[in-house]
Parts: sequence; C-alpha cells; structure tokens
Amino acid sequence: MAKPRTLFDKIWDNHLVDRQDDGTCLLYIDRHLIHEVTSPQAFEGLRLAGRRVRRPEATLAVPDHNVPTTDRSLGIDDEESRIQVETLRANCAEFEVPIFDVDDIRQGIVHIIGPEQGMTQPGMTIVCGDSHTSTHGAFGALAFGIGTSEVEHVLATQTLIQRPAHNMRITVEGDLPLGVTAKDLVLAMIGQIGTAGGTGHVIEYAGKAIRELSMEGRMTICNMSIEGGARAGLIAPDEITFDYLKGKPMTPKAGAWEQAVAFWKTLPSDEGATYDKEVTLDAKDIAPQVTWGTSPEDVVPVTGTIPGPGDAPSQAKADAIARSLEYMGLTAGTPVNEVAVDKVFIGSCTNGRIEDLRAAAAVAEGRKVAEGVHAMVVPGSGLVKEQAEAEGLDRILTEAGFDWREPGCSMCLAMNADKLKPGERCASTSNRNFEGRQGPGGRTHLMSPAMAAAAAVTGRITDVRGLR
Amino acid sequence: MDKFDRLTAVAAPLPMVNVDTDKIIPARFLKTIKRTGLSEGLFHALRREADGTVKDFVLDRPAHREAQILVVGENFGCGSSREHAPWALLDAGIRCLIGPSFADIFHNNCFKNGILPIILPQDQVDRLMEIAERGANATLTVDLEAQTISTADGESIAFEIDPWKKHCLLNGLDDIGLTLEKDTRIDGFEEKQKLGQPWLYG
Repeated sequence: MAKPRTLFDKIWDNHLVDRQDDGTCLLYIDRHLIHEVTSPQAFEGLRLAGRRVRRPEATLAVPDHNVPTTDRSLGIDDEESRIQVETLRANCAEFEVPIFDVDDIRQGIVHIIGPEQGMTQPGMTIVCGDSHTSTHGAFGALAFGIGTSEVEHVLATQTLIQRPAHNMRITVEGDLPLGVTAKDLVLAMIGQIGTAGGTGHVIEYAGKAIRELSMEGRMTICNMSIEGGARAGLIAPDEITFDYLKGKPMTPKAGAWEQAVAFWKTLPSDEGATYDKEVTLDAKDIAPQVTWGTSPEDVVPVTGTIPGPGDAPSQAKADAIARSLEYMGLTAGTPVNEVAVDKVFIGSCTNGRIEDLRAAAAVAEGRKVAEGVHAMVVPGSGLVKEQAEAEGLDRILTEAGFDWREPGCSMCLAMNADKLKPGERCASTSNRNFEGRQGPGGRTHLMSPAMAAAAAVTGRITDVRGLR
Repeated sequence: MDKFDRLTAVAAPLPMVNVDTDKIIPARFLKTIKRTGLSEGLFHALRREADGTVKDFVLDRPAHREAQILVVGENFGCGSSREHAPWALLDAGIRCLIGPSFADIFHNNCFKNGILPIILPQDQVDRLMEIAERGANATLTVDLEAQTISTADGESIAFEIDPWKKHCLLNGLDDIGLTLEKDTRIDGFEEKQKLGQPWLYG
C-alpha cells in the first residue's frame, strides 16, 4: 500500500515537472497573481531578455497596494504611486496579461479577488509576489509568496525552482467561544508557536474548530500563516469549500464541475499521514486577542496585561520586549483594556471581506465612534463594497461615524495616503504590527473586526464580549 | 547576477531578533520600478530620526561603514516577500549575512541576488557577533567553495548550504535560462495536466 500522504504532499507530487538528483524540484504553477509593487522589475527583466509570458491566461493582475481609497476618478496624486500603477497597466497591455484596473468593480486586494472570482481552487499551486498569498491555502491550494526574481521566473516559465517544505499540523479541537473569531484563533496560534514557529514548513490547520469556520474565516487563518513563519497554510477542501466556489465566475462549469469536485475530494490528507511538527490547541481556552508589541507573536488576551522584559525566556527576547514597549509607548503591567486608541483600521487581505464588515457593523449599529477617534473601513474589493452597500452596512457604519472608503490595501502597509502619524495608536484588523508598518512611528494593535469596531466606539481597547 | 565565491570584508553586528522586512526597508521606499538605488531606505527607521537627523546606527559608524557582511539575530528578514530588502542590502554593499535563522522568502530572495545567507548555530553566531563588534580591525573571510568562514585570528567555522544554490551562486547563474532549457518537460507536464484536469485550461 502506498505511504499515506498529506494534502501538501499530494499537491506537491501533482505539480512536479522535474526533480534533480540533489533534491531540487521544478514545480508547475497553476495560477499567478500580480500587483503593481513587486512586478515592474520582473517585466523589465523579461523585456531585457526578450522573453514572453508563458501563460498570460493563467495570470491575473490588479493594482492594490498604492491605490487611493478616496474618489478614484480624481487619479493618484502621489507621482511614484501613479507611475507604478501606470507601469502595471502598460506591462499587462504589452504582455497580454488580464488586469482588473482601478475603475473595474472587480478591483480589490489581490488575495480578496482571487477567491472572489473562483480563480483560487483546491489542489492548485498559486503564487504572487506578496507574502499573504498564503490566504489561498484556505481552499486547499498550495499558495505562497515569492520575490520579484521568482515572479519573473513564473511569468517566463510557469514554474518555480523549489525544495519541498516540511509538514506541520496545527489541530484546534473544540468550539470557539461566543465573540471569539478566526482572527483571535490565528493570533493565539502565532502567540503559541512564535513568529518563526513555522519556518521551513507548510502548516495544515485541522480539527473541529477549523472545519466549522466559514471560507472567510479560513482565509483569515491561512492569511496569517506567514506571520507564524510558514510560507503557506492549508485547510482540507470540503463541502463548505465547494459551496463557496460553486457558480463563481472562474470556477469549472457544467460537467467539468462534477469532475473537479471528484478530484478535489481526493486531496485531503490520508489517514495515518505523518507530520514533522504537531501543535494542538483547545478552542474553548481562547479569548479575543490583541497584540501589544511590534511582532505578531506579541499577543495577549484582551483580559490580560502588557508583559515586560521579565517575562522573556532569553536576553535577546527581553531586549526585544523592552524595545517594543518603548516604541509602543506602553508600560509593563498595564491592563490591555486601558489602552486608548487614536485610529481604527478595518480592512486588509486578512479582514476585508463581507463577513468582517458585517461583524464591524453589528458592533457599530446604534453606537457612535468615540470623540477624537478616526475609524476607517476599507472594503477588500469593489464587489465586497457593493455587497456591503446592498446590505446597508455602509449606512450603519457611516451613521456611527466610520469613514467608508474605496477598496485597496490602504493602511495595512501605508503605501497610499492612508497612514498613521508618529505616535498615533491604531486598532487594526490587518496582519502586521511591525515598527512603522502603518506609517513611521505609528503604533499598531492587531485584533478582529468586532474588536476593532469596539475600540472605535469606546476609544480604547475593549473586550467586545462586554458590549453585547 | 554577480558571482559569489570568496569575500574578505568587515562584518557589522546587528544582534536584534525578528528584524522584519519593513525594518530592512519600509514600504514607502518600494514605490520604484527599479532594482537599484534602494540603499537610501535601508534600515531607515534605525538610521534616521523622524526629522531626518542621523542616529548612531552600526553601518554609519566609521569602524563598520565598509561592512559587506552582516551578523544578525534569529528570524532575520521575516514578514513581507519584498525583494527590495535584498536589493537595498546589495545596494549598500552587503554580500553576506550570517545568523542563526532566516525567514524563508527572504532567504530565497538573497540567493537570487548574489547575497549569501549563512545559517550557523547560535553559539557560533554569538562568537562572530563579538568579532564583528571590532569592526575594521577584524575582517572575516567567507569561502563559498570551501564552505568556511575564517576569522583574522585564524579560527575557521564550517557552514552548510544547499548544493544547488551554492552552484548557482558560485557561477552567477540565471535560473530562468536554466529552466527554459527544460521547456519540453514543461510542455509535457501541461499536456498531461490538461488531460487529467481539463478545467484548469478552460
């Protein structure tokens, strides 16, 4: 009998074009997403070498990192941002790559639109010059971020030179308590394994609490795999996956659908498959999570206090905590729910989907954004925005005093005009709390959309469970 | 890509853990369509105050200004996939990194740009960190062919490296060119995949 294989092993084996004696593999890439920031140098490389794009139809481009979240018809003020977006447009025209341009309703964050269009499917290999490509693993696709040299390699050859990753499994048993979301779960997992805990591994998420998540929740989990050091996260495809995909514009149609589903059902890890690393969590122990420092592993329950250097296992970590506290303007021992915020950012490829906006609106309804707080909601795509407006979420949010914007990456990485000022503190649904991530000197606290909305209406980090 | 075979150079110590790619080069410096000129943004928040005045960062000190090697803390290069991080290091003359661990994407991106990232056990990194503190008085010699790091005092430390990556680095190979030589295999793969999973080609 064949050796039991993991979901990762199966996708890997299915995409092997060549394997050298030294173990280096040539892996076929089914789908390639590109955006304006990490692709211009790759297209330039193709041009200089006289190479073409091997499969433009397996490639999709979208401007997202630099685009303004205000009125698009006014163009982009920042010259460098404008040039990047124009360069993407020109490169797509020259190399015949499909693009969802700024004025297209389907435009949005690259990792929101792939699933939304049904471009992301189980069993595929998907890459993008962006580390949050791990998002697509929620569908049981092997999806990971690559650098620009590799973007060029994929454009030219539809393959990548790789070595297989190690298998890791995180099993979350039990039920998530009321008011605790996928974001809290993934932050708790990163807190446990650390920001390098998944290095060299692909993490498969398993267990009852994962299986019961919606596709959007699963995307939130897989999205932040990279924050745990893993290039990719995976969740076995199931009926929830198939229901989500059915009827999406780019999914298989008619007879091909049944054929695809039958194939997808063969993908989940075999009984008895082994993992190089295993971690288990119990969902019932997880409270809403908040980061306090400048690494995503710097996470505490909202019911906790800010840690100090004395809590560190090593001198290097103690130094890192001291540095983080200074940067964040926090004192060890302070209860998390006493920390006041200036800004709130709800959006990003982690939490910019319709369920995230519904969760924020549910908290905002009938309340007002606290005095002195600016709270911004940036839908993940034009279609998410349209859906939210059809449901009246924009009205609930704007009546509560939230700023309702156009889609894009926005203040997750502050490449457009949306950024924190030095010293400003932000409750953010994004994925990274690195120093300066949301603007030089800005201070980021990562949390779920419901928690961010709660912070907006109270003006401080708040346990959303107490608001209900 | 420039070859990497042997390098004798000043090493600079950067003992912080979890140095992320935003710290190596903040996002606002990524608004370029070129690979060059990125050293302006390198470690920007560590080097400059908000008002632009210069801080006392190791690479700006006389003893380390000429450094081509960085000795770093664990999980260096975590976060974003931006190749601007190795481009910025290269633009500032850095050709070799030595640390206990690197984030996967960053590690890979280094090799694509002729930068050698070397992984060593923490105690050996600690030892090299001490030597790096001495700056211009204590150069290191990195020999990729022999897979050794030699100190000015005659100490020698061996390191491991993926044989394929070593081969590409030693010869400055363009791996797209190498892959294109396997074009017929890629064609063959596509034909087979099209039969088994036709919906992927719809």
